[in-house]
Amino acid sequence: MIETRGLRKSFRSRAGRETKTVDAVRGVDLDVAKGEIFGFLGPNGAGKTTTLRMLATLIEPDGGEATIAGADLRKDPAEVRRRIGYVPQGGSTWDESTAREELVLHARMYGISKADAQRRAARALDAFQLTEYADRKCKTYSGGQRRRVEIALGIIHEPKIVFLDEPTTGLDPQSRAHMWDEIRRLRADGMTVFITTHYLDEADALCDRIAIMDNGEVVAEGTPTELKREISGDVVLVGLDLAATPQAAQTLDGEPYVNKLETIDEGGLRLYVDEGATAIPQVLRRLDHAGLELRSIELHRPSLDDVFLTKTGRSLRES
Amino acid sequence: MKFARDTWLIFQRQTQLLLRNPVWVFVGVFQPVMYLLLFAPLLKPALNAPTQAAAYKIFVPGLLVLLAIFGGLFQGFGLIAELRAGVIERSRVTPISRLALLLGRSLRDVVSLMVQAVIITLLALIFDLRVFIGDLLLAYLMLALIALMTSAVSYGVALKVKSEDALAPLMNTVAQPVLLLSGILLPLTFAPGWLQGIANWNPFSWAVDGTRALFAGDLGSDKVWQGLSITAVLAALGVYWAARQFARSVR
Ligand SMILES: Nc1ncnc2c1ncn2[C@@H]1O[C@H](COP(=O)(O)OP(=O)(O)OP(=O)(O)O)[C@@H](O)[C@H]1O
Ligand SMILES: [Mg+2]
Repeated sequence: MIETRGLRKSFRSRAGRETKTVDAVRGVDLDVAKGEIFGFLGPNGAGKTTTLRMLATLIEPDGGEATIAGADLRKDPAEVRRRIGYVPQGGSTWDESTAREELVLHARMYGISKADAQRRAARALDAFQLTEYADRKCKTYSGGQRRRVEIALGIIHEPKIVFLDEPTTGLDPQSRAHMWDEIRRLRADGMTVFITTHYLDEADALCDRIAIMDNGEVVAEGTPTELKREISGDVVLVGLDLAATPQAAQTLDGEPYVNKLETIDEGGLRLYVDEGATAIPQVLRRLDHAGLELRSIELHRPSLDDVFLTKTGRSLRES
Repeated sequence: MKFARDTWLIFQRQTQLLLRNPVWVFVGVFQPVMYLLLFAPLLKPALNAPTQAAAYKIFVPGLLVLLAIFGGLFQGFGLIAELRAGVIERSRVTPISRLALLLGRSLRDVVSLMVQAVIITLLALIFDLRVFIGDLLLAYLMLALIALMTSAVSYGVALKVKSEDALAPLMNTVAQPVLLLSGILLPLTFAPGWLQGIANWNPFSWAVDGTRALFAGDLGSDKVWQGLSITAVLAALGVYWAARQFARSVR
């Protein structure tokens, strides 16, 4: 559905007297299949929005090419526009208009007739549970309501692909869960959904496939499960008193199932093992034998953050 | 066909939003009326005009051109607000014509100027101003072209600078000399030669002269076709340039 090769974009910005060049996107190759939710995960400034804006025909790439829903991005941007929807990161509704007016206008900008646009607006308002507020000005909406209007705008013309730039940023947990359901519904309707996010759990739970982006480049791509599987093994966190820690380390070091052992400064051990479920009982037995008292034991499955950590040397949570 | 439809769509939307704002409607109507009622009485003695009606023939065209220039030049502020709200970006991902995005907005500005112009003309009629309807319509055409140009340029500049902080001083710097050198408030007939020389390079000066000639019933005057041609060419250039900004503006 989306195929990009070597997509590049640099910005020139002036800071005081000197001009600096920011390589926002440096050669992105993506393949997004029809009907999947594809996630673009990355920290602030990774180049997610820039990539999306290029794919949505808003800015011209400096290099590379892309085919979107069968249309060539460079040769036929007008056709790309007809086939996609785009919901920008910073909002797209006007304070003084109502949701219904915005929806009708937006549908008509795609060449849809007035009567049809009104029908579609009514249907979209219903589907996104906005009918109650439909004729109130957008400035009176809550963040979540407004976000739903914006997503409804992006799909009012039934595009083949919709790009959602951080659809859940700033929403409370409940609204986020709702938004996930809305996005899954789009997929169920046969749409291809391309979202960006910097939430690990969102990428993990919502997306069929993800690309992890950092500093303008895709550093990893695959299903969340595949990506996590690449990070070998689990981590077992053993909670111990500070006094008991050295002895426990001695006891467990050299055990065949422990690949690597680290002590935690505040007391406790971090054990890297192949299979957490089989390692934990053995750890418990060994420590019990040695007469050491355990405060807690925790199994830590590799997360997308660990994937990010191994690929970039930084944690997504920190950046 | 698609282009006309797209333009109409944007025009309708912008007009609807304008009418929804009662403050704007109030200001738009009462500001020119204030000029006419409070400023005009000073004119007869100042211009040494034989009658009040003669003074109006000089002042009203100038006032109308002034409104056309200012009405247009400051429209860019609204566009920056739209830019910030993401409305422009949202429009630009649809297949709507880029020229329509500009022209729908500019035509709204032209129409609202026309409403102001008609109100002022009607009021001036009460004060014994007399103009032939054909001349008046040509004068309105001139005003429409001026407003089209200034509003298009204002939108284009707004898309380029993207911030009110830059737009305000820029527009003021442009507007001031343009105003002073166009003989809008007082005709430049008494100006020293060097000043008239500079004014000859100010297209608005030609527009004002043309409009005055029309109000004077002097349809055959060269100033009429000169003023109309100059404003028409400038309006076309302004629209062309601004529409390109709509096609390529980044963030
Ligand atoms: N119009 C622009 N002019 C100059 N620099 C820009 C412009 N747009 C983006 N950049 C720079 O390009 C880089 C990538 O920005 P981008 O908005 O694509 O990041 P992002 O991944 O969407 O981040 P976020 O999660 O914060 O939205 C940043 O360093 C940004 O400062
Ligand atoms: Mg972004």
